[in-house]
Amino acid sequence: MAKARVKVPKSVKKGEVFQVKTLISHKMETGLRKNKKTGKKIPRKIINNFVCTYDGKEVFSSDWHPAVSANPYLAFYVKATKSGPMNFKWTDDDGKVTDKSVNISVSG
Amino acid sequence: MRKSIQGIGALAALAVAFSAFAGTAFAGKDKMNFGKYQVGELRTGYTFSTPETRAIQDDDFENPAFLWVDVGEALWNKKEGKAGKSCASCHKNASASMRGVGARYPVFNKKLGKLQNLEQRINQERVEKMQAKPLKYESKELLGLTMFVRNQSKDMPINVSIDGPAAPFFEKGKKFYFQRRGQLDMACANCHVDNPGGMIRANLLSQGQSNGFPLYRLKWQKPGSLHRRFRGCNKQVRAKPYSYGADEYVNLELYVAWRGQGLPVETPAVRM
Ligand code: HEC
Ligand code: HEC
Repeated sequence: MAKARVKVPKSVKKGEVFQVKTLISHKMETGLRKNKKTGKKIPRKIINNFVCTYDGKEVFSSDWHPAVSANPYLAFYVKATKSGPMNFKWTDDDGKVTDKSVNISVSG
Repeated sequence: MRKSIQGIGALAALAVAFSAFAGTAFAGKDKMNFGKYQVGELRTGYTFSTPETRAIQDDDFENPAFLWVDVGEALWNKKEGKAGKSCASCHKNASASMRGVGARYPVFNKKLGKLQNLEQRINQERVEKMQAKPLKYESKELLGLTMFVRNQSKDMPINVSIDGPAAPFFEKGKKFYFQRRGQLDMACANCHVDNPGGMIRANLLSQGQSNGFPLYRLKWQKPGSLHRRFRGCNKQVRAKPYSYGADEYVNLELYVAWRGQGLPVETPAVRM
C-alpha cells in the first residue's frame, strides 16, 4: 500500500498563495529494467496521474512518465479562497488510487 | 585468470582516478563552512554531497526517508505478539525515552557476551518483551523502526563506548578497517582515510562516516542500513561481503562510529 504525506500551512490568509508539498512511497517501476536472474523485463508499474482539488475545483494535475524517480516528491502553489478540504489523488497504472485529504483553514 | 586480470585493470584505473582528481574537488570545498556537519577534522557525508542532495535532506518533508520513519512510528505504537504490548506500552513517548539511545550504539551486551547494534536490540525487545516475531534485516519495518528510534537522537553527538568489555570488539573492528581485502586488495582506510575528497570512478569519496544511517540513497531509491553500505563497499573491491547482522560488521560498526565520535546523529540522511 502506498503511503502518502501532504504538508500545507496551519492557516493561510484569504488571497494568499501558499505552498503544498506532497510525497508518496512508490517504486515507480519503469518497465525498462530486467530481472537479473530470469532476464525477463519487470512490468511497468508507475503512478501515471496526480490530481489535487480544492474548493470544488481542480487546482493542480499532472501526468507522470517512467522517468519520474521512486517515492516522488511534488510541490506546487495554490491561492487560498475559503476554508475546506483539499483532496489529493494518485492513480496507479493498474487503476489503484491512493487518496488523501487535508483541511485548509483560511482566515480573513 | 580472467578475473584477476580484470582486478588488476580496475586497480590501475582506481590508482589513476585517485591521482588525477584528489585535491581538485576538495580544495575549494575545504574552505567552506559546513556548520554542524563538521567537527574539527571530522566531516559527515553531507559535506561531500551535491547541493541538490543536501537540499533534499534539509527539508524533513522532502526527504523521502520520512515515509519509512512514519512506518517506524506506527510500529512503535502497534501492539503485537503474545504479551499484547507495543514499544509504547513500556517506553511511552519515544522523544523522551529514546533520546540519546541511538547515539550510543552499538553497545556491549552482557547477556550475549558481545556487541549488539540498534537493529538487533530492537529485535531483542520484540522477541523478549513483546513475544513477537523479529523483523527481517533490511525490511521496511526494521529500517523504519531503527530510523524512528535513531531520529530521536537527531543532532546529538555520537558517543560510543570503546573501553571495558567493548574494548576487544573495538580492536577487532579496527583491524577489519585496516585489513586489505578483495581482488583489489584495498582496506576501508585506503579509501576513507587516505582519499576523502578524491574521486573514485564517478563518486566523490567521503570520510565514510556512519552518523546518518540508516539513510536514503538516491541510487537505491530507498533507505538502507549501515550493513548494506558495508556490503556495498566490500563488493566494490570484489571482496566477499558478510551477511546482515554478522558479528564482523557489528564490530566494524563500533570502530566506524568511534572514528566519527562527536559528529551529530543525522538519521535519516540522504546520499547519492
Ligand atoms: C515490556 C516492556 C517493554 C516493551 C514492550 C519494550 N521494551 Fe524496550 N526496554 C524495556 C526495558 C525495561 C528496558 C531497559 C532494561 C533492559 O535492558 O531490559 C528496555 C530497553 C530498550 C532499549 C535499550 C535502551 C538503551 O539505553 O540501551 C531499546 C533501544 C528499546 N528498549 C527499544 C524498544 C523497542 C523499539 C520496542 C518495541 C519493538 C521495545 N523496546 C519494547 C521494556 C520494554
Ligand atoms: C574502493 C574505495 C572504497 C573502499 C575500499 C571502501 N569504501 Fe566505503 N565508500 C566508497 C564510496 C565511493 C562511497 C560513496 C561515497 C562516499 O560517501 O564516500 C562509500 C561510502 C561509505 C559510507 C557511507 C558514508 C555516508 O556518509 O553515506 C560508509 C559508512 C563506508 N563507505 C564505510 C566503508 C567501510 C567500513 C569500508 C571497509 C569495509 C569501506 N567503506 C571501504 C568507497 C570505498
